[in-house]
Amino acid sequence: MFTTDNKLKSFSYWFYYGYIVLILLFTAGPLIVTFILAFNSNESASFPWQGFTLDWFSSSTPDRVGLFDDVRMMSAVGTSLKVATVVTIISILLGVNNAFLFVREKFVGKEFMYMLMLGPLVVPGVVLGTSILSFTHSIANSLDSAMGFGAGSFLRPGFWLVVFGQVSFVATTTTLVITARLRKFDISLEEAAMDLGTTQAQAIRLITLRFLMPAVIGAAIVAFLFSFENFNTTYFLSGADNSTTVPIILYSRLRFGITPQINAVSVLLMVSTGILGGLAALFQKSDD
Amino acid sequence: MLEKIKKYRRLWGVLIPYLIWIGVLFVIPHIKLFGLSFIDYRSDEITLGNYSKFFSSPLYRRVFLRTGIFAIATTMLTLAISFPTAFIITKILGKTMKSVVLLAVILPYWISELIRAFAWMVLLRETGVVSYMLQVAGITSENVEFLYHNGTIMVGLIYTSMLFMIIPIMNSLDSLDDSLIEAAYDLGGNFWSTMKEVIIPHSGPGIMVGSTMVFMLNLGNYVTVTLLGGKNSLWFTENIYNQFIVRFNQNQGAAFGVILLTFSVLLVWLSLKVTKQDMAGAM
Repeated sequence: MFTTDNKLKSFSYWFYYGYIVLILLFTAGPLIVTFILAFNSNESASFPWQGFTLDWFSSSTPDRVGLFDDVRMMSAVGTSLKVATVVTIISILLGVNNAFLFVREKFVGKEFMYMLMLGPLVVPGVVLGTSILSFTHSIANSLDSAMGFGAGSFLRPGFWLVVFGQVSFVATTTTLVITARLRKFDISLEEAAMDLGTTQAQAIRLITLRFLMPAVIGAAIVAFLFSFENFNTTYFLSGADNSTTVPIILYSRLRFGITPQINAVSVLLMVSTGILGGLAALFQKSDD
Repeated sequence: MLEKIKKYRRLWGVLIPYLIWIGVLFVIPHIKLFGLSFIDYRSDEITLGNYSKFFSSPLYRRVFLRTGIFAIATTMLTLAISFPTAFIITKILGKTMKSVVLLAVILPYWISELIRAFAWMVLLRETGVVSYMLQVAGITSENVEFLYHNGTIMVGLIYTSMLFMIIPIMNSLDSLDDSLIEAAYDLGGNFWSTMKEVIIPHSGPGIMVGSTMVFMLNLGNYVTVTLLGGKNSLWFTENIYNQFIVRFNQNQGAAFGVILLTFSVLLVWLSLKVTKQDMAGAM
Protein backbone atom coordinates (compact mmCIF):
# COMPACT_ATOMS: atom_id res chain seq x y z
CA MET A 1 0.00 0.00 0.00
CA PHE A 2 1.03 3.56 -0.57
CA THR A 3 2.19 5.93 2.10
CA THR A 4 -0.79 8.28 2.01
CA ASP A 5 -2.89 5.41 3.05
CA ASN A 6 -0.72 4.80 6.07
CA LYS A 7 -0.70 8.43 7.05
CA LEU A 8 -4.45 8.62 6.94
CA LYS A 9 -4.76 5.31 8.68
CA SER A 10 -2.55 6.50 11.50
CA PHE A 11 -5.05 9.26 12.21
CA SER A 12 -7.21 6.80 13.91
CA TYR A 13 -7.44 3.34 12.52
CA TRP A 14 -10.01 2.26 15.04
CA PHE A 15 -12.16 5.27 14.51
CA TYR A 16 -12.54 4.40 10.83
CA TYR A 17 -13.45 0.79 11.38
CA GLY A 18 -15.76 1.61 14.27
CA TYR A 19 -17.54 4.13 12.12
CA ILE A 20 -18.05 1.69 9.28
CA VAL A 21 -19.35 -0.96 11.67
CA LEU A 22 -21.89 1.56 13.02
CA ILE A 23 -22.99 2.48 9.50
CA LEU A 24 -23.43 -1.17 8.57
CA LEU A 25 -25.40 -1.75 11.76
CA PHE A 26 -27.58 1.20 10.81
CA THR A 27 -28.21 0.04 7.25
CA ALA A 28 -28.55 -3.69 7.80
CA GLY A 29 -29.66 -3.92 11.46
CA PRO A 30 -33.37 -3.13 11.05
CA LEU A 31 -33.65 -5.51 8.11
CA ILE A 32 -31.92 -8.33 9.97
CA VAL A 33 -34.27 -7.93 12.94
CA THR A 34 -37.29 -7.94 10.63
CA PHE A 35 -35.94 -11.08 8.98
CA ILE A 36 -35.45 -12.91 12.28
CA LEU A 37 -38.90 -11.99 13.61
CA ALA A 38 -40.58 -13.62 10.61
CA PHE A 39 -39.60 -16.95 12.17
CA ASN A 40 -40.61 -16.10 15.72
CA SER A 41 -43.71 -17.82 17.02
CA ASN A 42 -44.61 -14.72 19.03
CA GLU A 43 -47.80 -13.28 17.56
CA SER A 44 -46.92 -9.69 18.36
CA ALA A 45 -44.12 -9.61 15.78
CA SER A 46 -41.66 -8.66 18.47
CA PHE A 47 -39.39 -10.23 21.04
CA PRO A 48 -39.27 -12.26 23.30
CA TRP A 49 -38.39 -15.24 21.22
CA GLN A 50 -41.05 -17.93 21.55
CA GLY A 51 -39.61 -20.56 19.30
CA PHE A 52 -39.00 -21.10 15.62
CA THR A 53 -42.02 -21.37 13.33
CA LEU A 54 -42.91 -21.23 9.66
CA ASP A 55 -46.54 -20.43 10.46
CA TRP A 56 -46.23 -16.87 9.11
CA PHE A 57 -45.36 -18.34 5.74
CA SER A 58 -47.75 -21.25 5.61
CA SER A 59 -50.58 -21.92 8.01
CA SER A 60 -54.30 -21.51 7.71
CA THR A 61 -55.53 -21.79 11.27
CA PRO A 62 -57.99 -18.98 12.08
CA ASP A 63 -55.59 -16.96 14.23
CA ARG A 64 -52.51 -17.62 12.13
CA VAL A 65 -52.76 -17.01 8.42
CA GLY A 66 -49.50 -17.63 6.63
CA LEU A 67 -48.68 -15.49 3.65
CA PHE A 68 -49.02 -18.34 1.16
CA ASP A 69 -52.51 -19.08 2.48
CA ASP A 70 -53.60 -15.47 2.32
CA VAL A 71 -55.62 -15.27 -0.88
CA ARG A 72 -55.56 -11.48 -1.17
CA MET A 73 -51.83 -11.28 -0.51
CA MET A 74 -51.08 -13.96 -3.08
CA SER A 75 -53.28 -12.23 -5.63
CA ALA A 76 -51.36 -9.00 -4.97
CA VAL A 77 -48.11 -10.90 -5.62
CA GLY A 78 -49.59 -12.11 -8.90
CA THR A 79 -50.66 -8.59 -9.84
CA SER A 80 -47.23 -7.18 -9.02
CA LEU A 81 -45.55 -9.83 -11.15
CA LYS A 82 -47.87 -9.10 -14.06
CA VAL A 83 -47.45 -5.33 -13.79
CA ALA A 84 -43.68 -5.61 -13.45
CA THR A 85 -43.40 -7.91 -16.48
CA VAL A 86 -45.39 -5.60 -18.75
CA VAL A 87 -43.60 -2.49 -17.45
CA THR A 88 -40.21 -4.14 -17.98
CA ILE A 89 -40.96 -5.14 -21.57
CA ILE A 90 -42.23 -1.69 -22.56
CA SER A 91 -39.42 0.10 -20.72
CA ILE A 92 -36.72 -2.02 -22.35
CA LEU A 93 -38.12 -1.36 -25.84
CA LEU A 94 -38.23 2.36 -25.06
CA GLY A 95 -34.76 2.23 -23.50
CA VAL A 96 -33.17 0.68 -26.59
CA ASN A 97 -35.06 3.10 -28.82
CA ASN A 98 -33.98 6.12 -26.78
CA ALA A 99 -30.38 4.93 -26.63
CA PHE A 100 -30.23 4.87 -30.44
CA LEU A 101 -31.88 8.29 -30.49
CA PHE A 102 -29.38 9.93 -28.13
CA VAL A 103 -26.22 8.14 -29.26
CA ARG A 104 -26.70 7.82 -33.02
CA GLU A 105 -28.87 10.72 -34.12
CA LYS A 106 -28.16 14.42 -34.46
CA PHE A 107 -31.07 16.83 -34.24
CA VAL A 108 -31.98 20.29 -33.06
CA GLY A 109 -32.74 20.43 -29.34
CA LYS A 110 -31.06 17.12 -28.56
CA GLU A 111 -29.60 18.37 -25.30
CA PHE A 112 -32.97 19.68 -24.19
CA MET A 113 -34.61 16.37 -25.07
CA TYR A 114 -31.98 14.56 -23.02
CA MET A 115 -32.70 16.74 -19.98
CA LEU A 116 -36.42 16.17 -20.52
CA MET A 117 -35.79 12.43 -20.55
CA LEU A 118 -34.41 12.70 -16.98
CA GLY A 119 -37.55 14.51 -15.83
CA PRO A 120 -39.69 11.55 -14.75
CA LEU A 121 -36.93 10.39 -12.41
CA VAL A 122 -36.49 13.82 -10.84
CA VAL A 123 -40.11 14.79 -10.27
CA PRO A 124 -41.46 13.45 -6.94
CA GLY A 125 -43.47 10.24 -7.41
CA VAL A 126 -46.53 11.80 -5.81
CA VAL A 127 -46.55 14.65 -8.34
CA LEU A 128 -45.91 12.26 -11.23
CA GLY A 129 -48.77 10.04 -10.08
CA THR A 130 -51.24 12.88 -9.64
CA SER A 131 -50.37 14.55 -12.95
CA ILE A 132 -50.87 11.30 -14.86
CA LEU A 133 -54.06 10.66 -12.92
CA SER A 134 -55.58 14.05 -13.72
CA PHE A 135 -54.54 13.83 -17.38
CA THR A 136 -55.97 10.34 -17.95
CA HIS A 137 -59.04 11.25 -15.92
CA SER A 138 -59.94 14.06 -18.31
CA ILE A 139 -59.26 11.89 -21.38
CA ALA A 140 -61.35 9.06 -19.99
CA ASN A 141 -64.18 11.51 -19.39
CA SER A 142 -64.04 12.83 -22.94
CA LEU A 143 -63.90 9.29 -24.33
CA ASP A 144 -66.91 8.33 -22.24
CA SER A 145 -68.97 11.27 -23.44
CA ALA A 146 -67.88 10.85 -27.06
CA MET A 147 -68.16 7.11 -27.43
CA GLY A 148 -70.51 6.06 -24.69
CA PHE A 149 -69.99 5.18 -21.09
CA GLY A 150 -67.12 2.82 -20.41
CA ALA A 151 -65.08 3.68 -23.50
CA GLY A 152 -62.43 5.35 -21.41
CA SER A 153 -62.39 2.78 -18.65
CA PHE A 154 -58.90 1.53 -19.48
CA LEU A 155 -57.69 4.99 -18.47
CA ARG A 156 -59.39 4.81 -15.09
CA PRO A 157 -57.33 3.77 -12.07
CA GLY A 158 -56.49 0.13 -12.63
CA PHE A 159 -54.00 -2.24 -14.19
CA TRP A 160 -53.14 -0.27 -17.32
CA LEU A 161 -52.92 3.06 -15.57
CA VAL A 162 -50.47 1.56 -13.08
CA VAL A 163 -48.45 0.20 -16.00
CA PHE A 164 -48.42 3.57 -17.81
CA GLY A 165 -47.53 5.45 -14.65
CA GLN A 166 -44.61 3.16 -13.89
CA VAL A 167 -43.33 3.15 -17.48
CA SER A 168 -43.01 6.93 -17.26
CA PHE A 169 -40.08 6.77 -14.85
CA VAL A 170 -38.83 3.20 -15.30
CA ALA A 171 -38.12 3.94 -18.98
CA THR A 172 -35.80 6.75 -17.87
CA THR A 173 -33.75 4.24 -15.90
CA THR A 174 -33.53 1.73 -18.74
CA THR A 175 -32.63 4.56 -21.14
CA LEU A 176 -29.74 5.67 -18.92
CA VAL A 177 -28.32 2.16 -18.54
CA ILE A 178 -28.61 1.19 -22.21
CA THR A 179 -27.39 4.58 -23.49
CA ALA A 180 -24.25 4.24 -21.39
CA ARG A 181 -23.53 0.88 -23.00
CA LEU A 182 -24.27 2.00 -26.55
CA ARG A 183 -21.81 4.90 -26.16
CA LYS A 184 -19.04 2.34 -25.72
CA PHE A 185 -19.90 0.57 -28.94
CA ASP A 186 -17.42 0.98 -31.76
CA ILE A 187 -19.56 1.82 -34.78
CA SER A 188 -16.91 0.57 -37.18
CA LEU A 189 -17.95 -2.96 -36.21
CA GLU A 190 -21.36 -2.30 -37.68
CA GLU A 191 -19.80 -0.77 -40.78
CA ALA A 192 -17.55 -3.78 -41.17
CA ALA A 193 -20.58 -6.08 -41.09
CA MET A 194 -22.25 -3.96 -43.75
CA ASP A 195 -19.12 -4.08 -45.89
CA LEU A 196 -19.37 -7.84 -45.65
CA GLY A 197 -22.82 -7.68 -47.15
CA THR A 198 -25.37 -7.35 -44.36
CA THR A 199 -28.05 -4.69 -44.40
CA GLN A 200 -27.95 -2.12 -41.61
CA ALA A 201 -30.91 -3.73 -39.91
CA GLN A 202 -29.11 -7.09 -39.93
CA ALA A 203 -25.91 -5.49 -38.67
CA ILE A 204 -27.76 -3.87 -35.77
CA ARG A 205 -29.50 -7.11 -34.92
CA LEU A 206 -26.44 -9.33 -35.21
CA ILE A 207 -23.74 -7.06 -33.83
CA THR A 208 -25.06 -4.03 -31.95
CA LEU A 209 -27.99 -5.56 -30.10
CA ARG A 210 -25.81 -8.48 -29.12
CA PHE A 211 -23.28 -6.03 -27.72
CA LEU A 212 -26.06 -4.28 -25.80
CA MET A 213 -27.34 -7.53 -24.26
CA PRO A 214 -25.62 -7.33 -20.84
CA ALA A 215 -26.95 -3.80 -20.36
CA VAL A 216 -30.40 -4.83 -21.56
CA ILE A 217 -30.57 -7.71 -19.10
CA GLY A 218 -29.21 -5.54 -16.28
CA ALA A 219 -31.69 -2.80 -17.11
CA ALA A 220 -34.53 -5.31 -17.28
CA ILE A 221 -33.78 -6.55 -13.76
CA VAL A 222 -33.58 -3.01 -12.42
CA ALA A 223 -36.82 -2.11 -14.22
CA PHE A 224 -38.55 -5.16 -12.77
CA LEU A 225 -37.43 -4.25 -9.25
CA PHE A 226 -38.37 -0.58 -9.64
CA SER A 227 -41.81 -1.58 -10.82
CA PHE A 228 -42.34 -4.29 -8.23
CA GLU A 229 -41.49 -2.07 -5.29
CA ASN A 230 -42.94 1.24 -6.44
CA PHE A 231 -45.41 2.81 -4.10
CA ASN A 232 -45.72 6.58 -4.57
CA THR A 233 -46.81 6.68 -8.19
CA THR A 234 -48.74 3.41 -8.07
CA TYR A 235 -50.74 4.53 -5.03
CA PHE A 236 -52.60 7.13 -7.09
CA LEU A 237 -53.16 4.97 -10.12
CA SER A 238 -54.29 1.65 -8.71
CA GLY A 239 -57.99 1.02 -8.50
CA ALA A 240 -59.81 -2.21 -7.94
CA ASP A 241 -58.28 -5.55 -6.98
CA ASN A 242 -56.71 -6.20 -10.35
CA SER A 243 -54.22 -3.41 -9.72
CA THR A 244 -53.50 -3.85 -6.00
CA THR A 245 -49.78 -4.51 -6.00
CA VAL A 246 -47.80 -5.84 -3.03
CA PRO A 247 -46.65 -2.42 -1.75
CA ILE A 248 -50.23 -1.12 -1.93
CA ILE A 249 -51.71 -3.99 0.07
CA LEU A 250 -48.83 -3.85 2.57
CA TYR A 251 -49.33 -0.15 3.11
CA SER A 252 -53.06 -0.50 3.72
CA ARG A 253 -52.42 -3.30 6.22
CA LEU A 254 -49.62 -1.47 8.00
CA ARG A 255 -52.02 1.32 8.81
CA PHE A 256 -54.02 -1.16 10.92
CA GLY A 257 -51.12 -2.77 12.67
CA ILE A 258 -48.19 -5.08 12.38
CA THR A 259 -48.50 -8.83 12.07
CA PRO A 260 -45.67 -11.35 11.71
CA GLN A 261 -47.12 -12.20 8.31
CA ILE A 262 -45.83 -8.84 7.08
CA ASN A 263 -42.39 -9.88 8.34
CA ALA A 264 -42.76 -13.03 6.25
CA VAL A 265 -43.65 -10.96 3.18
CA SER A 266 -40.59 -8.81 3.89
CA VAL A 267 -38.39 -11.90 4.01
CA LEU A 268 -39.75 -13.06 0.68
CA LEU A 269 -39.12 -9.65 -0.87
CA MET A 270 -35.66 -9.30 0.69
CA VAL A 271 -34.55 -12.70 -0.60
CA SER A 272 -35.95 -12.21 -4.10
CA THR A 273 -34.71 -8.64 -4.48
CA GLY A 274 -31.37 -9.69 -3.03
CA ILE A 275 -31.03 -12.35 -5.71
CA LEU A 276 -32.24 -10.07 -8.52
CA GLY A 277 -30.10 -7.15 -7.29
CA GLY A 278 -27.06 -9.40 -7.17
CA LEU A 279 -27.76 -10.57 -10.70
CA ALA A 280 -28.14 -7.00 -11.92
CA ALA A 281 -24.81 -6.06 -10.33
CA LEU A 282 -23.21 -9.05 -12.03
CA PHE A 283 -24.51 -8.04 -15.43
CA GLN A 284 -23.43 -4.48 -14.94
CA LYS A 285 -19.96 -5.68 -14.05
CA SER A 286 -19.72 -7.67 -17.28
CA ASP A 287 -20.74 -4.41 -18.91
CA ASP A 288 -17.30 -2.86 -18.48
CA MET B 1 -31.26 12.70 -51.92
CA LEU B 2 -32.28 9.12 -51.26
CA GLU B 3 -29.63 8.96 -48.56
CA LYS B 4 -31.14 12.02 -46.91
CA ILE B 5 -34.67 10.62 -46.96
CA LYS B 6 -33.37 7.40 -45.43
CA LYS B 7 -31.63 9.36 -42.71
CA TYR B 8 -34.76 11.32 -41.87
CA ARG B 9 -36.83 8.19 -41.76
CA ARG B 10 -34.35 6.65 -39.35
CA LEU B 11 -34.36 9.76 -37.14
CA TRP B 12 -38.15 9.95 -36.98
CA GLY B 13 -38.35 6.21 -36.41
CA VAL B 14 -36.61 6.59 -33.06
CA LEU B 15 -37.77 10.12 -32.29
CA ILE B 16 -41.49 9.35 -32.44
CA PRO B 17 -41.56 6.58 -29.81
CA TYR B 18 -39.51 8.83 -27.54
CA LEU B 19 -41.85 11.77 -28.08
CA ILE B 20 -44.93 9.64 -27.43
CA TRP B 21 -43.48 8.35 -24.17
CA ILE B 22 -42.17 11.65 -22.80
CA GLY B 23 -45.12 13.60 -24.18
CA VAL B 24 -48.01 11.41 -23.09
CA LEU B 25 -46.57 10.21 -19.80
CA PHE B 26 -44.65 13.26 -18.65
CA VAL B 27 -44.97 16.58 -20.47
CA ILE B 28 -48.72 16.73 -21.21
CA PRO B 29 -49.75 15.45 -17.74
CA HIS B 30 -47.64 18.17 -16.14
CA ILE B 31 -49.11 20.83 -18.42
CA LYS B 32 -52.51 19.48 -17.49
CA LEU B 33 -51.62 19.66 -13.80
CA PHE B 34 -50.43 23.22 -14.26
CA GLY B 35 -53.64 24.16 -16.07
CA LEU B 36 -55.87 22.48 -13.49
CA SER B 37 -54.26 24.48 -10.72
CA PHE B 38 -55.72 27.69 -12.17
CA ILE B 39 -59.29 26.43 -12.35
CA ASP B 40 -61.90 26.70 -9.66
CA TYR B 41 -63.15 23.31 -8.70
CA ARG B 42 -66.80 24.25 -8.34
CA SER B 43 -67.40 26.84 -11.06
CA ASP B 44 -64.77 25.68 -13.61
CA GLU B 45 -63.68 29.29 -14.03
CA ILE B 46 -60.12 30.50 -14.26
CA THR B 47 -58.89 31.60 -10.88
CA LEU B 48 -55.86 32.11 -8.67
CA GLY B 49 -57.93 30.92 -5.74
CA ASN B 50 -56.14 27.61 -5.36
CA TYR B 51 -52.87 29.47 -4.83
CA SER B 52 -54.30 32.19 -2.64
CA LYS B 53 -55.80 29.47 -0.47
CA PHE B 54 -52.30 28.16 0.10
CA PHE B 55 -50.88 31.54 1.01
CA SER B 56 -53.82 32.56 3.18
CA SER B 57 -54.13 29.33 5.13
CA PRO B 58 -51.72 29.20 8.05
CA LEU B 59 -52.12 25.42 8.21
CA TYR B 60 -50.98 24.73 4.64
CA ARG B 61 -48.22 27.30 4.95
CA ARG B 62 -46.96 25.81 8.17
CA VAL B 63 -46.99 22.28 6.79
CA PHE B 64 -45.10 23.47 3.74
CA LEU B 65 -42.53 25.35 5.77
CA ARG B 66 -42.13 22.42 8.10
CA THR B 67 -41.59 20.04 5.19
CA GLY B 68 -39.02 22.36 3.61
CA ILE B 69 -37.05 22.91 6.81
CA PHE B 70 -37.12 19.21 7.66
CA ALA B 71 -36.01 18.27 4.17
CA ILE B 72 -33.07 20.66 4.35
CA ALA B 73 -32.05 19.69 7.88
CA THR B 74 -32.27 16.00 7.05
CA THR B 75 -30.18 16.53 3.92
CA MET B 76 -27.45 18.17 6.01
CA LEU B 77 -27.50 15.37 8.55
CA THR B 78 -27.35 12.82 5.76
CA LEU B 79 -24.33 14.61 4.34
CA ALA B 80 -22.64 14.66 7.76
CA ILE B 81 -23.11 10.91 8.12
CA SER B 82 -22.40 9.98 4.50
CA PHE B 83 -19.22 11.97 3.86
CA PRO B 84 -17.08 10.04 6.35
CA THR B 85 -18.63 6.81 5.06
CA ALA B 86 -17.76 7.62 1.45
CA PHE B 87 -14.30 8.78 2.49
CA ILE B 88 -13.52 5.64 4.46
CA ILE B 89 -14.82 3.35 1.72
CA THR B 90 -12.81 5.03 -1.05
CA LYS B 91 -9.61 6.06 0.71
CA ILE B 92 -9.11 3.85 3.73
CA LEU B 93 -10.42 0.37 3.12
CA GLY B 94 -8.47 -2.21 1.15
CA LYS B 95 -9.83 -3.62 -2.05
CA THR B 96 -11.68 -6.62 -0.60
CA MET B 97 -13.12 -4.77 2.38
CA LYS B 98 -14.18 -1.99 0.04
CA SER B 99 -16.36 -4.23 -2.08
CA VAL B 100 -17.77 -6.07 0.94
CA VAL B 101 -18.76 -2.84 2.69
CA LEU B 102 -20.07 -1.32 -0.51
CA LEU B 103 -22.26 -4.34 -1.13
CA ALA B 104 -23.56 -4.23 2.44
CA VAL B 105 -24.41 -0.56 2.04
CA ILE B 106 -26.03 -0.94 -1.39
CA LEU B 107 -28.02 -4.17 -0.95
CA PRO B 108 -30.61 -2.76 1.47
CA TYR B 109 -31.44 -0.14 -1.14
CA TRP B 110 -32.65 -2.76 -3.54
CA ILE B 111 -35.38 -3.57 -1.07
CA SER B 112 -38.63 -1.64 -1.29
CA GLU B 113 -38.78 1.63 0.62
CA LEU B 114 -41.97 0.36 2.20
CA ILE B 115 -40.22 -2.66 3.68
CA ARG B 116 -37.39 -0.48 4.94
CA ALA B 117 -39.86 1.81 6.70
CA PHE B 118 -41.64 -1.24 8.05
CA ALA B 119 -38.36 -2.53 9.49
CA TRP B 120 -38.08 0.67 11.52
CA MET B 121 -41.66 0.29 12.68
CA VAL B 122 -40.79 -3.17 13.96
CA LEU B 123 -37.95 -1.67 15.97
CA LEU B 124 -39.51 1.53 17.23
CA ARG B 125 -43.22 0.97 17.88
CA GLU B 126 -44.60 0.85 21.38
CA THR B 127 -44.41 -2.93 21.66
CA GLY B 128 -41.41 -3.04 19.38
CA VAL B 129 -37.92 -4.40 19.71
CA VAL B 130 -36.19 -1.31 21.12
CA SER B 131 -38.88 -0.83 23.73
CA TYR B 132 -38.51 -4.50 24.69
CA MET B 133 -34.72 -4.24 24.92
CA LEU B 134 -34.95 -1.23 27.19
CA GLN B 135 -37.26 -3.14 29.50
CA VAL B 136 -34.99 -6.18 29.55
CA ALA B 137 -32.07 -3.92 30.36
CA GLY B 138 -34.12 -2.45 33.20
CA ILE B 139 -33.94 1.11 31.91
CA THR B 140 -37.69 1.42 31.81
CA SER B 141 -40.54 -0.71 33.08
CA GLU B 142 -43.18 0.35 30.56
CA ASN B 143 -43.58 0.26 26.81
CA VAL B 144 -42.05 3.28 25.14
CA GLU B 145 -43.42 4.65 21.88
CA PHE B 146 -40.62 5.79 19.57
CA LEU B 147 -42.78 6.15 16.49
CA TYR B 148 -44.62 9.32 15.48
CA HIS B 149 -41.88 11.71 16.61
CA ASN B 150 -40.05 14.23 14.46
CA GLY B 151 -36.79 12.45 15.20
CA THR B 152 -38.24 9.18 13.90
CA ILE B 153 -39.17 10.82 10.62
CA MET B 154 -35.63 12.14 10.27
CA VAL B 155 -34.07 8.75 10.98
CA GLY B 156 -36.37 7.20 8.42
CA LEU B 157 -35.53 9.80 5.79
CA ILE B 158 -31.80 9.47 6.38
CA TYR B 159 -32.17 5.72 6.13
CA THR B 160 -34.04 5.76 2.82
CA SER B 161 -31.85 8.28 1.04
CA MET B 162 -28.32 7.87 2.43
CA LEU B 163 -27.06 5.83 -0.50
CA PHE B 164 -27.88 8.65 -2.90
CA MET B 165 -25.46 10.81 -0.96
CA ILE B 166 -22.73 8.18 -0.52
CA ILE B 167 -22.44 7.14 -4.18
CA PRO B 168 -21.92 10.59 -5.78
CA ILE B 169 -19.38 11.55 -3.08
CA MET B 170 -17.57 8.25 -3.62
CA ASN B 171 -17.46 8.93 -7.35
CA SER B 172 -15.79 12.29 -6.88
CA LEU B 173 -13.41 10.99 -4.19
CA ASP B 174 -12.43 8.14 -6.50
CA SER B 175 -11.19 10.68 -9.01
CA LEU B 176 -8.98 12.36 -6.39
CA ASP B 177 -5.47 11.08 -6.91
CA ASP B 178 -3.96 9.80 -3.68
CA SER B 179 -0.71 11.51 -4.57
CA LEU B 180 -2.45 14.85 -4.10
CA ILE B 181 -3.31 13.91 -0.53
CA GLU B 182 0.26 12.82 -0.05
CA ALA B 183 1.54 16.10 -1.47
CA ALA B 184 -0.64 18.00 0.99
CA TYR B 185 0.96 16.06 3.82
CA ASP B 186 4.44 16.59 2.43
CA LEU B 187 3.78 20.32 2.35
CA GLY B 188 3.11 20.23 6.05
CA GLY B 189 -0.63 19.68 6.15
CA ASN B 190 -2.25 17.65 8.86
CA PHE B 191 -5.44 15.60 8.67
CA TRP B 192 -7.85 18.47 9.11
CA SER B 193 -6.11 20.96 6.85
CA THR B 194 -5.76 18.32 4.12
CA MET B 195 -9.45 17.56 4.55
CA LYS B 196 -10.36 21.21 4.32
CA GLU B 197 -8.02 22.33 1.56
CA VAL B 198 -7.85 19.27 -0.67
CA ILE B 199 -10.35 16.52 -0.04
CA ILE B 200 -13.59 18.43 0.60
CA PRO B 201 -13.11 20.95 -2.23
CA HIS B 202 -12.40 18.11 -4.63
CA SER B 203 -15.55 16.27 -3.66
CA GLY B 204 -17.65 19.42 -4.10
CA PRO B 205 -19.48 18.19 -7.22
CA GLY B 206 -20.31 14.89 -5.54
CA ILE B 207 -21.57 16.65 -2.41
CA MET B 208 -23.68 18.90 -4.61
CA VAL B 209 -25.25 16.11 -6.63
CA GLY B 210 -25.81 13.99 -3.52
CA SER B 211 -27.38 16.83 -1.55
CA THR B 212 -29.64 17.74 -4.43
CA MET B 213 -30.85 14.19 -4.90
CA VAL B 214 -31.38 13.61 -1.19
CA PHE B 215 -33.21 16.90 -0.80
CA MET B 216 -35.57 16.08 -3.67
CA LEU B 217 -36.17 12.60 -2.28
CA ASN B 218 -36.93 14.01 1.17
CA LEU B 219 -39.27 16.66 -0.14
CA GLY B 220 -41.22 14.21 -2.26
CA ASN B 221 -41.27 11.41 0.27
CA TYR B 222 -44.58 9.90 1.22
CA VAL B 223 -44.31 6.31 2.47
CA THR B 224 -41.56 6.63 5.02
CA VAL B 225 -42.94 9.86 6.41
CA THR B 226 -46.53 8.70 6.78
CA LEU B 227 -45.61 5.30 8.21
CA LEU B 228 -43.06 6.55 10.72
CA GLY B 229 -44.70 9.89 11.43
CA GLY B 230 -48.31 8.74 11.46
CA LYS B 231 -50.89 11.46 11.81
CA ASN B 232 -48.30 13.84 13.18
CA SER B 233 -46.10 13.74 10.12
CA LEU B 234 -47.72 16.83 8.52
CA TRP B 235 -45.75 16.37 5.31
CA PHE B 236 -46.66 18.42 2.28
CA THR B 237 -47.10 15.43 -0.03
CA GLU B 238 -49.86 14.27 2.30
CA ASN B 239 -51.79 17.45 1.47
CA ILE B 240 -51.55 16.61 -2.21
CA TYR B 241 -52.79 13.11 -1.57
CA ASN B 242 -55.67 14.33 0.59
CA GLN B 243 -56.86 16.84 -1.98
CA PHE B 244 -56.79 14.31 -4.79
CA ILE B 245 -58.04 11.17 -3.12
CA VAL B 246 -59.94 12.20 0.00
CA ARG B 247 -61.54 15.49 -1.04
CA PHE B 248 -61.70 14.91 -4.81
CA ASN B 249 -60.45 18.46 -5.26
CA GLN B 250 -58.03 17.93 -8.14
CA ASN B 251 -57.55 21.64 -8.67
CA GLN B 252 -56.37 22.36 -5.15
CA GLY B 253 -54.16 19.26 -5.25
CA ALA B 254 -52.72 20.38 -8.59
CA ALA B 255 -51.85 23.77 -7.14
CA PHE B 256 -50.05 22.07 -4.24
CA GLY B 257 -48.20 19.86 -6.71
CA VAL B 258 -47.09 22.88 -8.73
CA ILE B 259 -45.95 24.64 -5.55
CA LEU B 260 -43.93 21.62 -4.47
CA LEU B 261 -42.35 21.25 -7.88
CA THR B 262 -41.55 24.96 -8.20
CA PHE B 263 -40.00 25.07 -4.75
CA SER B 264 -37.78 22.07 -5.35
CA VAL B 265 -36.65 23.23 -8.78
CA LEU B 266 -35.97 26.69 -7.40
CA LEU B 267 -33.93 25.41 -4.48
CA VAL B 268 -31.89 23.09 -6.66
CA TRP B 269 -31.24 25.90 -9.13
CA LEU B 270 -30.27 28.24 -6.30
CA SER B 271 -27.87 25.80 -4.71
CA LEU B 272 -26.23 25.15 -8.06
CA LYS B 273 -25.95 28.89 -8.60
CA VAL B 274 -24.50 29.59 -5.18
CA THR B 275 -21.88 26.87 -5.40
CA LYS B 276 -21.30 27.64 -9.10
CA GLN B 277 -21.71 24.00 -9.98
CA ASP B 278 -22.89 22.76 -13.28
CA MET B 279 -25.31 19.90 -12.77
CA ALA B 280 -24.50 18.22 -16.06
CA GLY B 281 -20.78 18.40 -15.34
CA ALA B 282 -21.25 17.07 -11.82
CA MET B 283 -23.19 14.04 -12.98
